[in-house]
Amino acid sequence: MTTDSGAGRLDLPGTPIFDGDTSRRGLRMNKLFMSLRDAGNRERFAADEAAYCRGFGLTAEQEKAVLDRDWQAMIDLGGSIFYVYKLAMMDGRSMQYLGGVFTGMGEDDFLAAMRAGGRRDG
Amino acid sequence: MAEVIWGLATSHVPSIGAAMDRGKAEDPNWKALFDGYAPARAWLAEHTPDVAIVVYNDHANGIDLDFVPTFGLGTAERYEVADEGFGRRPVPDVIGDPELSFHLVQSLVDDHFDLTVFQELAVDHGFTVPLSVWTADPGDAWPCPVIPLLVNVIQYPQPTAARCYELGRALGRAIRSYPKDITVGVLGTGGMSHQLAGSRAGFINPDFDSMWMEAIETDPARLAAMSREELIRQAGSEGIELIMWLVMRGAMDDRVTKVHSDYFVPASNTAAGIALFDNRAPSA
Repeated sequence: MTTDSGAGRLDLPGTPIFDGDTSRRGLRMNKLFMSLRDAGNRERFAADEAAYCRGFGLTAEQEKAVLDRDWQAMIDLGGSIFYVYKLAMMDGRSMQYLGGVFTGMGEDDFLAAMRAGGRRDG
Repeated sequence: MAEVIWGLATSHVPSIGAAMDRGKAEDPNWKALFDGYAPARAWLAEHTPDVAIVVYNDHANGIDLDFVPTFGLGTAERYEVADEGFGRRPVPDVIGDPELSFHLVQSLVDDHFDLTVFQELAVDHGFTVPLSVWTADPGDAWPCPVIPLLVNVIQYPQPTAARCYELGRALGRAIRSYPKDITVGVLGTGGMSHQLAGSRAGFINPDFDSMWMEAIETDPARLAAMSREELIRQAGSEGIELIMWLVMRGAMDDRVTKVHSDYFVPASNTAAGIALFDNRAPSA
């Protein structure tokens, strides 16, 4: 991560931490995701995604991540998984699909690993 | 005075609600989960309280990042079921109990828990799925009025496990100080181990979950002593939701009687747990 807020910051491998710095960086993008709960907003987003992103004041990096559906980049740029998931749902993507992306396993192998009891550390 | 008669801990994974809403409870991928609910549902159907309190977290549906209350309590007469972006769940809106809610707010604030008051709140799957775990087919209405108690588990820093347990103890005192002779059920929701994002996504820790399931009954103080970091390391970044079980447990007596528990992997990307405790003194 690019920022550091000192005391108490957690650093666990492979584990995004949605702390204050992250939330501040991602606020505009997360607000965009939140807006997608509304059908009218989903239509406006679909009609011109880039314009919709600019309307919410996303950074150029965030806008690119959204337009490219770069899910890992959205998380890295301050997205909360619960907010990012709203865009994924709009695209018909499941949490298992996202798990396949984040782990590099692909959806089918990720789902198989979950059905086999889930993944372990190490 | 009011009395807590039972506590129910349960996961709130949205796909559990979706499986029920789409009639998939008998599907091979889900059947064992719902079979595991059956004994708890049967007992609960015989022990309907006058009011229930659901300790839960919102997932960017009823509230967003503009306001992040660490703890909040609903005081509304009615709570609408939220549309999370794919249409609202086909379940009834929730009838509240403003009189008890305001009593709880008064008592909790006097007890030094300065929580946020929601006079209007749409409730999402974090709230409605536990109600569905309790009552599979509510028809036109849930079994009783229900009060939401919100805990922030999404944006760091979440309240500590110890603080959640203390809130539960204060909630128990608040309930017992209510002048009406009513019965109350308390639901603690979320968990068990899971992680949704990062290269560690899909993480499940059955040993930790087993320890938690045992200790929530017999030694909740041990769980309340766990740090945020330890919880995330052992239960995954979203498994920290388990701190909401401690609010429920704190509202109950030191000694409780387990009615039923079960554990199932996976509900979506999550280890799903259920634990039901009777809070009444064992009959002689």
